[in-house]
Amino acid sequence: MADEPTRRGSDRGRSVRAAIRRELADGVSVDEQEQPPGPSDEERTIVELDHVWLAFDSPVLEDVSFRALNGETVAIVGESGTGKSTILKLILRLLVPDRGQVRIDGEDITSLTFDQALEVRQTMGMVFQGAALFDSMSVFENVAYPLREHTQMDEDEIEARVREKLEFVDLDADRVMEQFPAELSGGMRKRVGIARGMANNPEIMLYDEPTSGLDPLTTATITKLIMKLQRELGVTSVVVSHDIRSVFRMASKVALLNDHRISFFGTPEEMTGKDDRYINDFLGGL
Amino acid sequence: MPEFLVRLNDAAKSRVLTLQEYFVLAGKSLRFIFARPFYAQDVVQQMDEIGVKSLGIVLLTGMFTGMVLALQSSVQLKTFGATMYIGNLVSASMIRELGPVLAGLMVAGRVGSGIAAQLGSMRVTEQIDALNTLGTDPIKKLVTPRVLAALVMLPVLTIINDFIGIIGGNIIASLVVGVPTTQYWRTVWTQIAADGFTLRYVPNDFVQGLSKPFVFGALISITACYFGLGTTGGTEGVGQATTRTVVTSSILILIVDYFITQILLSVLTYGR
Repeated sequence: MADEPTRRGSDRGRSVRAAIRRELADGVSVDEQEQPPGPSDEERTIVELDHVWLAFDSPVLEDVSFRALNGETVAIVGESGTGKSTILKLILRLLVPDRGQVRIDGEDITSLTFDQALEVRQTMGMVFQGAALFDSMSVFENVAYPLREHTQMDEDEIEARVREKLEFVDLDADRVMEQFPAELSGGMRKRVGIARGMANNPEIMLYDEPTSGLDPLTTATITKLIMKLQRELGVTSVVVSHDIRSVFRMASKVALLNDHRISFFGTPEEMTGKDDRYINDFLGGL
Repeated sequence: MPEFLVRLNDAAKSRVLTLQEYFVLAGKSLRFIFARPFYAQDVVQQMDEIGVKSLGIVLLTGMFTGMVLALQSSVQLKTFGATMYIGNLVSASMIRELGPVLAGLMVAGRVGSGIAAQLGSMRVTEQIDALNTLGTDPIKKLVTPRVLAALVMLPVLTIINDFIGIIGGNIIASLVVGVPTTQYWRTVWTQIAADGFTLRYVPNDFVQGLSKPFVFGALISITACYFGLGTTGGTEGVGQATTRTVVTSSILILIVDYFITQILLSVLTYGR
């Protein structure tokens, strides 16, 4: 059965935490009833980078810390090459920091093995800059992919879920399901990418430049879609973007990366009210 | 430390790292053949891509190689009045060497380049990253089905290549040289039997001719996947990955062929 579209984050939050604990415990069952009572749902930190340092040949991130509370949309902005997309890779555990911790729903994921990380990634959805749809598969197969891989749903249930997700992103399921990515416009590809990312009803959605390369109307549509996801499904989102206007519409908090460090973290209102030359230059008279 | 020594050190480390990554990929892809989930549909699709779609090129190669072998050998054998032995020469050459090597080179050119280009494009368009984020191991999903399909299909293509090559030789032997077809096939079998048997019933020529494509299949598919997955630098990188795959796998086929032949000649007892 397809899950209810209005299902809130708390249930899924428990499933993320349970998945990570299961992986960390390496088969040893953990009775969640025995866990001490945590903060309320709204105050629960879902994504947290805690004093993260990362370098390849040169420094990429230095002492980066921020947190996204349950249901919040945190936007990471900054100049090109400052390590914004790297943060998404750290959250997905595609990269491991040299120092510091990356916590998902309170659990540190930096010590997970590759196979354990694969399991945890199933609880997140990711939307890539170019959508990254599998071009050998139809739209239906793309959205159905995570369901076929990680659930025991039968074909009818999968079709119902795919239709539900395509309709959520305002696509005509009957028209696009059998089309291939090459036949879609940039905006439609992005929307299919969002539908695929949310197919498994993840608690966390990550977006890498979701509006880049799109015309202003499509940009507004994608921005509204991300806001709808937060509003109706209570999804916690981390958005990497250059598009300051969209960021200010959708984000609860903004993290500004400058010279490999976070130079500002707060609400959009706090950002515009900040008397800082770099921030003012970056906002460019918004 | 002097500048050139630093560079030499870096170059050596880079080569060792490349080899290490290659063998890790090979090990994982072979290990995943026996690990769940099994992507049976992908394996069948790759068997079609690697095997069935390579059939035309392999048939043409085999046919004309057999024909030219018969034609060239007839010139030499005529000087000794031994043209009736064309079948011996064609069958031994095709089954032991030319069948496996030519099938390998053809597949390296057609399939190896295709795999590298496909995986390279997936890499530069972030589809490989998408697989990772969707909780799928790209090696299990993309590499293992290709390796398994190549391991199965290259020996099959080689058998077809050998057979068609021997038929090509038959056509030239009977139409151009004047060796009767029955005589030709008798000498083909005489040659196979003369080279001895393994475990009493399996001709040594078949052991040699079928162990090679098995290894070549692994070499081609792993090399193509290695360069494809390691693609960087956009579409230009995809082109480079394709070229590297064809060059590297072709050279590896020729080098490994020598060593397999050397080992098998010392292990198998020929002439019994």
